[in-house]
Amino acid sequence: MAGLNGQGLPPSVQKPFSLTWKAKLGLFALLLYVIYAAAQLDFTYARFITGLDNAATFLQRMFPPNFERSQILIKGMVESLQIAVLASVLGIAISLPIGLLGARNLMPGWATWPARSLVAICRALHPVIVAILFVKAVGFGALAGILALTVASIGFIGKLFTEAVEEISIKQVEAVRATGASFFNIVTFSVLPQVFARFVGFSTYQFDSNLRNSTMVGIVGAGGIGGTLFSAFQRFDYDFVAAILITIISVIMIGEVLAGFLRSVFLDKLRPADLWRKRQTAVQGTRNG
Amino acid sequence: MSAQLIIEELNKSYQAGIPVLKGINLEIAGEGVTAIIGPSGTGKSTLLRCINRLVEPSSGRVLLKSETRTTDLARVSGRALRHARRQVAMVFQEYNLVERLTVMENLLTGRLGYTPAWKAWLRWFEPADIERAYQLLEKVGLSHLANQRADALSGGQRQRVGIARALMQKPMLLLADEPTSSLDPKTSVEIMELMTELADAESIPVVINMHDVELAKRFARRIVGMSGGNIVFDGSGDELTPTHLKSIYGGESWLV
Repeated sequence: MAGLNGQGLPPSVQKPFSLTWKAKLGLFALLLYVIYAAAQLDFTYARFITGLDNAATFLQRMFPPNFERSQILIKGMVESLQIAVLASVLGIAISLPIGLLGARNLMPGWATWPARSLVAICRALHPVIVAILFVKAVGFGALAGILALTVASIGFIGKLFTEAVEEISIKQVEAVRATGASFFNIVTFSVLPQVFARFVGFSTYQFDSNLRNSTMVGIVGAGGIGGTLFSAFQRFDYDFVAAILITIISVIMIGEVLAGFLRSVFLDKLRPADLWRKRQTAVQGTRNG
Repeated sequence: MSAQLIIEELNKSYQAGIPVLKGINLEIAGEGVTAIIGPSGTGKSTLLRCINRLVEPSSGRVLLKSETRTTDLARVSGRALRHARRQVAMVFQEYNLVERLTVMENLLTGRLGYTPAWKAWLRWFEPADIERAYQLLEKVGLSHLANQRADALSGGQRQRVGIARALMQKPMLLLADEPTSSLDPKTSVEIMELMTELADAESIPVVINMHDVELAKRFARRIVGMSGGNIVFDGSGDELTPTHLKSIYGGESWLV
């Protein structure tokens, strides 16, 4: 009974949450490295203060934003939107079959490993690097941007969709298999219903992300507003830069609202009118509460 | 003449050297309910699943005879296996409905063996099948729930959908794997009544796995007792004595 009142136990048992000496040593090493890296990169407070002066002039020249060249701005933004929509549609259409092929619980090994490798390759490189590759391969312009973002979409949706399919309940599949259904019918009626909601979720998130990335691929010459933004930076037209940034932010925010709207229509089977009513009641609820 | 099922020397082992079924011989002919009783883990489910090949038998024959043809379910594969499965419907312990589909869509999955892939993708089913689905829904008392999603139903309602889905196949044989084990006693009796009535109306033999001996005696024309992968009793409910029950389940303290 001595053990129960804490007597006669080794010290390590008496302080159950204390760190081992190995963990302490590891933390100390991490702290040393952070100090070393900061010193190496001139990451100091003095450097930050010098930088602030620069930031002040930069911000000053950004305001007021200059919307005079709105035609170039709108043209670039529309192109970015088109890149995002086309890349999302293509990416979603391609990643549906590839994602299914990669699922180990439904497919034999000779189908899963090529599908999984393809998705892994699509995920390996950052969209900017892929965009540079496509600019070199197919030339400047929107085509390179569309292809680059399609690759990114396959990498993201393909991987998550495969994982979703691997988590389905096999009981529902078994019941449909027992009716004598063919493989395709089993997929249509017992696999897809189980993963469709999540697929819509991944797809709208990817559309969000494509919208953001489509404003960026232009920097490397793959079409869209990014090219305009980059040249405005280089010509020190900071007031035009501000105009472009404000436009991008508004478009992205509208896109996020739209994506959320799509999700609730598909996932909760809400009709647009219901959605509006729900929002109204939610607002009233917060006011009353 | 209704269908006939003949199982000959059926063996199954999931791991080499550990047989679950040890040379089962069983013949089921004509209408009515055959109940297979026995303790958990004795191979009842495996036996049933070897019939519609959700489990691959290790050896033996599973013959399904109709007026016109005989199929060895243990040997067929590919298209022939799918065609054979259309003749054998199954009701599951945990209902196994496709949760996110509506009741009506779940019923129509019973016709998927007869539906080409492109029609299934477009949700095009034969008008006759849809009509049969509504009739069956009425028979199981769920007409008002046709457009409800399956995950909104109670256990008893789900099993009614499960039975209707099975009968949508117009099967020659109905298998039920512990169909009432997840239900309360009153619902269990209702489900058993419904299943036997509907199967009788369509003259289909029913094979049911169960561990409730009283329920088996009440509904089954014939009871098959299994123990340790062997059949140790085969007869009517009246012939089932405490001695038999002891040999099926072992021990006797539970037989009060």
